[in-house]
Amino acid sequence: MKLLFAWIFVVALLQGVALYQDKPLEKSIADGEEIYQDFCLQCHLDSGDGVSGVFPPLAKSDYLLNNIDLSIKGIKYGLSGPIVVNGEKYDGLMQNQGLENQEIADVMNYILNNWGNQSDEIITSDRVAAVKE
Amino acid sequence: MNKNILIPIYLTVFYLTSCISQENPPEVKTPDQTKYTTVTVVEGIEIPWGMDFISENELLVTEKKGKFYRVLNGEKTEVSGLPEIYQRGQGGLLDIALHPDFSKNKIIYFTAGVNVEGDEGGNTALYSAELNDYSLSNVKLLYKATPNTKKGQHWGSRIVFDDQGHLFFGIGDRGNRDVNPQDLKRDGGKIYRLNLDGSIPEDNPFVNEDGAIKAVYSYGHRNPQGMTVHPETGEIWENEHGPKGGDEINIIQKGKNYGWPVITYGINYSGTSITDKTAMPGMEQPFYYWVPSIAPSGMAFSSSKVYKGWKGDLFVGSLKFKYLERLVVKRGKVVKREKVLNDIGRVRNVKEGPDGHLYLGVEGKGILKVIEN
Repeated sequence: MKLLFAWIFVVALLQGVALYQDKPLEKSIADGEEIYQDFCLQCHLDSGDGVSGVFPPLAKSDYLLNNIDLSIKGIKYGLSGPIVVNGEKYDGLMQNQGLENQEIADVMNYILNNWGNQSDEIITSDRVAAVKE
Repeated sequence: MNKNILIPIYLTVFYLTSCISQENPPEVKTPDQTKYTTVTVVEGIEIPWGMDFISENELLVTEKKGKFYRVLNGEKTEVSGLPEIYQRGQGGLLDIALHPDFSKNKIIYFTAGVNVEGDEGGNTALYSAELNDYSLSNVKLLYKATPNTKKGQHWGSRIVFDDQGHLFFGIGDRGNRDVNPQDLKRDGGKIYRLNLDGSIPEDNPFVNEDGAIKAVYSYGHRNPQGMTVHPETGEIWENEHGPKGGDEINIIQKGKNYGWPVITYGINYSGTSITDKTAMPGMEQPFYYWVPSIAPSGMAFSSSKVYKGWKGDLFVGSLKFKYLERLVVKRGKVVKREKVLNDIGRVRNVKEGPDGHLYLGVEGKGILKVIEN
């Protein structure tokens, strides 16, 4: 019996650690919205639609939804040179905004789950840390 | 004829004219674009924020992400010895200016986002340093705005000099508009004035005000992005990013309050209103304001005769609409606005070189020289 309690205790502890390490998705999305308003909205707009031909859309963006690691890389290190988003060519410059890995994870979770976007992936700061230039 | 039939026509005409009149006059014109062209002077700079000329063939250029170049005959070499730059959002390595006696003392000034306190975030600072060949020495922190913040917005900044031994630089509201710009005890949303050695001029406007920041020269600014000295009057002309429809040109005067965020012609970018006031006693009106906002950047007067008909006109880069704007000023008013070099790219900076030509810092390109065909 003692052993069973000890086992339950250990499992609960491990679960707690796991939950603590990865921010709950809702919290990450909420924090990501703040980052978005501060650093991204100026160009990509409140609607996530961007400006056709100038700033690519994030809302229902095939580039974003099909290239998650490339999108993380763009936010982390900056993105320049031609890309095609929803059939339209963009050749602008997005500078890296100096965000921390957790902030990048949060803003990714926000844009992946807003404006009708849906993703099964939950971005963590570890995933962002693994993306290299 | 039934008069009722005219009502929808009246309404349509009224609606159309009200749309047209939303642009703050004078309406910007797009004249023949083949008259002017550019040649590239320096290539491959992402965001060329600041530049200043050592001679006709040699200039200094800052790149926002924290690189500093000395350029000789178009060949750029990185200068070493910068302090650690805090690059976040709209902040990073910002403006650069040669000391008025640079040829003798080799001193330069620059503004940048930094964190020297070791806490989180950053704020705008002004440094001086000695430039020998390709390295900086004797780097001195002359002014550092506090507190540090992780906000990405509104760091300023430009540096200019008057002819009485003063240096002026601007810092934006650092994304804290309701707290910083109207409070003289706090940094941000201000134009500052210092002596060339970094000390506070004894006749600064708020030196005797209890608790006020002594370096402040004017306040109530949102985000100063362009500053230049009028070649004839010596006045300091500034432009700043307002909210939507509130970008302004101001002539900076000692101790004056330029009103942000109590008065503005703009609204929030989300479409909600900030204030219903565009004027208040004790607050300065802008010299000009842009509706729609063009997102102005660096600006310069053309004082040479290099370009036909441009002497005395003001030139401002538009980040948003990617052109160089020419403003003709007569009797204290903007009487004409023109797009020069439409679609050239996001113009970050405008300077008049020692050869009288205008030089542009264009994002993703570098430094371009404006040529009349």
